[in-house]
Amino acid sequence: MTALAQSFADVSAPDLAAAEPAALHHQVAQFLYLEARLADTHDYDGWEALWTDDAIYWVPANGDDTDPEKEMSVLYDNRSRIGVRIRQLKTGRRHTQTPRSELARVISNIEVAEVRGSEVDVRANVLIYEDNLRGDTLWAARNVYRLRMVDGAFRLVRKKIALVNNNKPIYTLSFLV
Amino acid sequence: MPHAAVSEAAASAGARDYHALIEPARINSRLYYDPAIFQEELEKIWYKTWVYVGHTSEIPNKNDYVTKSIGPMPVLMVRDKDGEVRLLLNKCPHRGNQLCAYQKGNRTSFTCPYHSWTFSNTGDLMGYALPDGYEGQSKAGLNLGKVPRIAVYRGFVFGSMAEEGISIEEHLGGAKAALDQLLDNSPTGELELTAGFLQHRTKANWKFMLENETDGYHPGFVHGSVFQVTSSGIGSLYGADSTALTRDYGNGHTEFDLRPEWRKNDKPLQWFGTTPERLPDYVKSMNAAYGEERARQIMIDGSPHVMIFPNLFIAEIQIFVLQPVAVDETIQHVTAVQFKGAPDINRRLRQQTMGSVGPAGLLLADDTEMYERNHRGAQILDPEWLVLSRGLHRERLDENGFRIAHSTDETPQRGIWRHYLNLMTEAR
Repeated sequence: MTALAQSFADVSAPDLAAAEPAALHHQVAQFLYLEARLADTHDYDGWEALWTDDAIYWVPANGDDTDPEKEMSVLYDNRSRIGVRIRQLKTGRRHTQTPRSELARVISNIEVAEVRGSEVDVRANVLIYEDNLRGDTLWAARNVYRLRMVDGAFRLVRKKIALVNNNKPIYTLSFLV
Repeated sequence: MPHAAVSEAAASAGARDYHALIEPARINSRLYYDPAIFQEELEKIWYKTWVYVGHTSEIPNKNDYVTKSIGPMPVLMVRDKDGEVRLLLNKCPHRGNQLCAYQKGNRTSFTCPYHSWTFSNTGDLMGYALPDGYEGQSKAGLNLGKVPRIAVYRGFVFGSMAEEGISIEEHLGGAKAALDQLLDNSPTGELELTAGFLQHRTKANWKFMLENETDGYHPGFVHGSVFQVTSSGIGSLYGADSTALTRDYGNGHTEFDLRPEWRKNDKPLQWFGTTPERLPDYVKSMNAAYGEERARQIMIDGSPHVMIFPNLFIAEIQIFVLQPVAVDETIQHVTAVQFKGAPDINRRLRQQTMGSVGPAGLLLADDTEMYERNHRGAQILDPEWLVLSRGLHRERLDENGFRIAHSTDETPQRGIWRHYLNLMTEAR
């Protein structure tokens, strides 16, 4: 990431609004692909290191405009709980991930929604194919990310995974989504 | 019965001898995976006995409704225009169309989109389109179907598809005290289940969940990863030295009673992993409601861990509703317990619930993995019989005459099957 950031000098400047849109879009996409690959390959440490200290990792339930402070979500982790989740996966006794899910996800329709100083809000669609002991599951979501440029590289501040069927019963979701 | 197929399947299984499948301390694997047995369970359990449907706080206002279920069958839980709670069946009597397609809302009437028949939220047919085609015909008998019996105990709404049967008080029996214990933890004595439900789809027979909810033998192993990475300290409650108890209330209701441990430690709110200093508003309102001495005892005893047969599980801080949809598929509906008038503890109740249960929960995702492995394993032919003998030698009666045993013993599971056998062999 650092080498890439250096090749887009204007992007790594504190004010991302000054960046050339195509270059910004490219660097955003590269970050999303990296995050997707770390999750798909269960690189728990690498994935956890992407998050900032004020992180929010959120999978809403019953719609995508609920208030997670008042209503139930499938997952609503702050940085501390992300850490617990990762440590649990690393015990080797997180039974639902022992053996691990085999995963391949595709991210598309990446749109830079808003740029504010060193932060950028991004929308993307994602399809995740999961194979595990139960069988095959296809997950579809409209994701919203907030990325922050820190020391020349993007970090993940907020990730909302709005599963399109989150108003219905869903199977166990124990991989990094 | 709502479905002809149910009656036929049940009739063909009529000769099944459940005494040959259920013994006091072991059961036959077939009970979990045989589709004909599942059909018979719908008739003899789900569409007959008292089943938990929902909570009155989910429909606080007149004309509120929410879609609930009794077994696989959807049920509209409605507060009608006069404020009365009703359980209506979501089927237009004209052509059988699904009437309401929404999860919840507020409306005085339901109109079928097919031919525009319109029903009041009391279930009565108000009118149909182009009425001249029914000239001279009566509207009698064209109302929505209703759950024949409805009972509300302190906000918990139960329904029974049988016209006659025992009262809800008889059904709940000793387990009613556990519901009271839960509500004692509310400074107003009331719940507000307003945070919405997570729906966890589970590829396993419903009875694996029914049994596991009060299984104190598994947590040290299934949830060992959580105990390892958090400083919860609750792992010891499931060890050999635990003074916690398992209890069989009869009628299929079972409990994992942690009060002996909490009373030994004598620390208010330890059951919730916190202290009075961290929830000052809650403690203040509890003291005001009950007086300091009683409030202190309530906050030491904490909330119950009780499985009300067949589908209401109170897991201290969560309400689970088990919904069987097929012999090999069950939906676990779950929400956070929320006490009316206690915002500071409610926030923590929601946070802990979101972390621990539901499809991504640190605890329930692993339980659910076990359910699905249970179900796949049960279909393997040998051994045919599964063992529920743990703690037979140390089972005893408590002061109320209910069977109790060590926290890791299978007294609850034996009680569940005793009741199940009664229901499945009961004369109609």
